[in-house]
Amino acid sequence: MEGGGSASTLSNDENLVVSCEDSSSPVGNELELELGLTLSLGRKGYRDCRVPYADDSSSSSSSSSSLSRASVIAGTKRTADSMAATSGQVVGWPPIRTYRMNSMVNQAKTLATEDPNLEIRQEVNKNRTDVTKLRNSMFVKVTMDGIPIGRKIDLNAHKCYESLSNTLEEMFLKPKTGSSTRESDGHMETPLKILPDGSSGLVLTYEDKEGDWMLVGDVPWGMFIGSVRRLRIMKTSEATGKAQMIL
Amino acid sequence: MNLRLPSKVLEHIISFIDSNEDRNSVSLVCKSWFETERKTRKRVFVGNCYAITPAAVARRFPEMRSLTLKGKPHFADYNLVPDGWGGYAWPWIEAMAKKSPSLEEIRLKRMVVTDECLELIAASFKDFKVLVLTSCEGFSTDGIAAIAATCRNLRVLELRECIVEDLGGDWLSYFPETSTSLVSLDFSCLDSEVKLSDLERLVSRSPDLKSLKLNPAVTVDGLESLLRRAPQLTELGTGSFSAELKPEAFSKLSEAFTNCKQLKCLSGLWDVLPEYLPALYSVCPGLTSLNLSYATVRMPDLVELLRRCSKLQKLWVMDLIEDKGLETVASCCKELRELRVFPSVPDLDATNVALTEQGLVFVSQGCPKLESVLYFCVQFTNAALITIARNRPNIKCFRLCVIEPFAPDYKTNEPLDKGFKAIAERCKYLQRLSVSGLLTDKAFKYIAKHAKKVRMLSVAFAGDSDLMLHHLLSGCESLKKLEIRDCPFGDTALLENASKLETMRSLWLSSCFVSFGACKLLSQKMPRLNVEVIDEHPPETRPESSPVERIYIYRTVAGPRLDMPEFVWTIHKNPEIGVSHLAIK
Repeated sequence: MEGGGSASTLSNDENLVVSCEDSSSPVGNELELELGLTLSLGRKGYRDCRVPYADDSSSSSSSSSSLSRASVIAGTKRTADSMAATSGQVVGWPPIRTYRMNSMVNQAKTLATEDPNLEIRQEVNKNRTDVTKLRNSMFVKVTMDGIPIGRKIDLNAHKCYESLSNTLEEMFLKPKTGSSTRESDGHMETPLKILPDGSSGLVLTYEDKEGDWMLVGDVPWGMFIGSVRRLRIMKTSEATGKAQMIL
Repeated sequence: MNLRLPSKVLEHIISFIDSNEDRNSVSLVCKSWFETERKTRKRVFVGNCYAITPAAVARRFPEMRSLTLKGKPHFADYNLVPDGWGGYAWPWIEAMAKKSPSLEEIRLKRMVVTDECLELIAASFKDFKVLVLTSCEGFSTDGIAAIAATCRNLRVLELRECIVEDLGGDWLSYFPETSTSLVSLDFSCLDSEVKLSDLERLVSRSPDLKSLKLNPAVTVDGLESLLRRAPQLTELGTGSFSAELKPEAFSKLSEAFTNCKQLKCLSGLWDVLPEYLPALYSVCPGLTSLNLSYATVRMPDLVELLRRCSKLQKLWVMDLIEDKGLETVASCCKELRELRVFPSVPDLDATNVALTEQGLVFVSQGCPKLESVLYFCVQFTNAALITIARNRPNIKCFRLCVIEPFAPDYKTNEPLDKGFKAIAERCKYLQRLSVSGLLTDKAFKYIAKHAKKVRMLSVAFAGDSDLMLHHLLSGCESLKKLEIRDCPFGDTALLENASKLETMRSLWLSSCFVSFGACKLLSQKMPRLNVEVIDEHPPETRPESSPVERIYIYRTVAGPRLDMPEFVWTIHKNPEIGVSHLAIK
């Protein structure tokens, strides 16, 4: 399902181990990534390497530092470890203890997942401080089929679908020169179309609060913002299959 | 003239010395003082479980009643030490079971503790009283049950942030049916539910219970019931509050808290709804310690609570408190000694921006007794650091985590050298320092020169060259623990300052440019250091000059350890690596 090629039914931990072992990325690339992060430790170097974030299921030979690979190979099972690797942060940074990190992740999950007792949950949520609402930014992950490393985008920086679409085009369809950390598919030169009309071969979808994958653009922007959890740029062929599931 | 005190007199005098550092000095005076001291030491502290063998400790201190051990290096807290590295409690427990059966207290930090260890503790130490496990792992609730069932005189059982295989809440029912001697129980890190009735009965038959820290599975109703049975508590860790607010529940809880007139420390508060906070108001004026770092509550609600806590000495909170909240703390909590502000989200990008350096500046101005700070913030300025240093020269522990690596002073775009210089210069009693943000080698020159009392220093993403490490290892007179990650120095400084390493407990280096060859050389030069290279790749697969992932160096009289996993390389374990041909420059 995802670009990394591993089954989406596996847990994150298993995913990482499987991805690591089955990784078909040439050794050269991995080494490049690791060296890229560890050697270019000057300000610029780190920031450049930091930009492409690992996706949930992508191989751990991502922009996470070499440390995370060693930890994975050593068989670590800690949630925070896999969380760190999957969210693309450098392992062990910021320096927050595993226990607290797990707590924060759980808090974020609790706030995001749906409760069977929807009414009570809504009532509680009104009273409880939603940590996401406290921030001025609203970052969601964006992945694109064929690219193992996902990005993050601040939806609050946009007021309409057009501006979102433009930003995504910038991010995914115009590879930066000299970047060795992303495999860009050179064929994707056509502008990204939000509405699937088949011409670009790509379609933008999002996962909503209920876990369903929807086509971006169908609902008013405000509603979209309120329910989106993450974005995915799919190939049209795949989207058709999914659309059948939704409809 | 030969003056010698009769040994009984010497013993009597030494028995007044509690500090182990002082006792260590005493034992260096002469042989008879060494002998007298060792026979009277009851509380033994071993900062690195691999620095000495268990047998040697048991031999030296025959009257030992309390043993404290630390295992993994501090950076293990942040997942930088792979699982399986070591830190096993078993050899220690086994040795003490045979040689020190009168042991009453065991405190372990960052160690691997198995159920067998716990069962052996329960079976071997007849008068066992205190078990405190901090950041430990490897055991299940079965092991805890063994302790509960067998240690009839157990006073303290605390599991602090441990990773426990939770097989269910039955363990609680193993405490003796008759009155227990429990003074402190902390099971906050366990996941599964314990039967409320078991807990209620336990609390009811533990008249000495002063500290109770519940796990998140305990509900508001449960909490209220327990408080009614234990109004004498001085420390409380609540369960969680995720149920919806019911008016009767609220008033019952309020009343229960009102009756806890001796409550000094409050923690837990997972998922606390702001509507529940007023139930705590009655205990606020007496609180000296408040841990709100798991309470996702907005600033106005936090302020309402905190402005009532005039006696507060220790406050842990999330960045949800914002600068404005810290301003209130500064004006209301004049007894504050320790402040920790944690990020509310794990995501680098989405950190709360309403908490800035100004918040800490407020507290440094308003709280004259502030001496310990842990502060996570997105960015900082030199001016703020200088102000804080000027305001609070009495700071003993200063840990600033500028979350954005390499972030300069965001107002001037300069490195934070000047700011940390001010901290090092003015805070003459500084014992612990963590630096962050953009720092050049100069910063470390200042720290090395001025931070004379710093014992523990943490550095990440800083410096320009070997100079930074050279400054630290040739200065910093009191340095005992140094941990560095992601800094661009190589072999030179480390090899030139090799002798400093024997004066320190340990040095951790990760993602720096120290080569395998240098590690070998260091190891050969310094036989009383264990130089561990922690790296998934076997050294034969790379040139000697290539950097290794992680290095952990520590002084030891126990020689090379025997329990190293395959990803730890030393010249002792891997003699086939052979003699280094790398010359010292």
